Amino acid sequence: MKEKKTEISTAKLLGQLFLSFAKIGVMTFGGGLAMLPMLERELVEDRGWVTHDEILDYYAVGQCTPGIIAVNTATFVGYKKAKVPGAVIATLGMAFPSVVIITVIAAVLSNFADIPAVQHAFAGIRIAVCALIASAVIKLAKSNVKSVAQIIIAVAAFIIIAVFGASPVVVVVGAAVAGLLLGRFSKKNREGEQK
Amino acid sequence: MSTLMTVLTLCYEFFKTGLLAVGGGLATLPFLSEMANKYPDWFTHEQLADMIAVSESTPGPIGVNMATYVGFRVFGIPGAVFATISLVLPSLIIIVAIAKVMDKYMSNKYMQWAFGGLRPAVTGLIAAAGWSVVELALLDLTDFDIARFWEAINIPAVIIFAAVLFLTQFKKTKKLHPIIFIGICAAIGIIFKL
Repeated sequence: MKEKKTEISTAKLLGQLFLSFAKIGVMTFGGGLAMLPMLERELVEDRGWVTHDEILDYYAVGQCTPGIIAVNTATFVGYKKAKVPGAVIATLGMAFPSVVIITVIAAVLSNFADIPAVQHAFAGIRIAVCALIASAVIKLAKSNVKSVAQIIIAVAAFIIIAVFGASPVVVVVGAAVAGLLLGRFSKKNREGEQK
Repeated sequence: MSTLMTVLTLCYEFFKTGLLAVGGGLATLPFLSEMANKYPDWFTHEQLADMIAVSESTPGPIGVNMATYVGFRVFGIPGAVFATISLVLPSLIIIVAIAKVMDKYMSNKYMQWAFGGLRPAVTGLIAAAGWSVVELALLDLTDFDIARFWEAINIPAVIIFAAVLFLTQFKKTKKLHPIIFIGICAAIGIIFKL
């Protein structure tokens, strides 16, 4: 009897995972990092499934592993909530709306992207996406970019990508090494003080 | 090519893309371009340019959109489904493996230190990704002249940007769902022909 109950709640959780990620898939324009505002809203604020820090961790790993960031994040969150079935369902949920929308467009509207109204709407959407990403960055910076070392790492990461156009992999590896060195260094300091 | 061979080749090509394209989204582009060379009867380079435009003008991750669009062109709805599944399969397997390791070692102090460095860096990465959208949406860098840099600024766009950013920070409106801002801006775009 008890077993049956957990089975039902697992099914319910899988259903929620599918719906949440389908929702994120429908509302994301531009994919990848641009979907951060939607992820934060749905997964952190509305569902409480993951924390801001966890999303950043998933992004960090997703930047240097193969595949699309959106899918990588869906897989991570799905796995955290319901192991392998969760990972599969969340990923399918994320991809589902695109498959439907794109198939319809490919079948019916071959010149979809050339429609003036679509182009104007997307000029507007891009502006909203800019502002939403800026707002997400402000929120993240408030909790993760406070010490001098953190400010240096964040600014360096921005410059390396935005100005020099380097691969994010370089930034992720460099930042992990910087984090390890900082950890080692501050630990030693603390031990020194104790003595 | 027989039908079965076509579908298998489609799956193989997108599995390979999913496995090798690191960094997501437009990182799939070189692989699609190679596909256009290898299988000219699937799609041409001109069609690829159209596909990119469609993928960028619809919701959803661009990589998934591209796979669906190419798959549909090559083999209808089953093609769309198979291509998309093949694309996401490698990352699904790899991320599940990594998630298992992270579960086990996340409390390890070295992992803590490394991620302590990664979080501010990812914040910087996201800011950089935002900057690339700023260049696209708020600035017009064609014929850019540093002596007359203000002409590159799209003033109506900057005003809308500032208004939305203000609303996301303002106490009474910051809890609004992001899709509301996107919807309003899409409407503004259509009405004022941005």
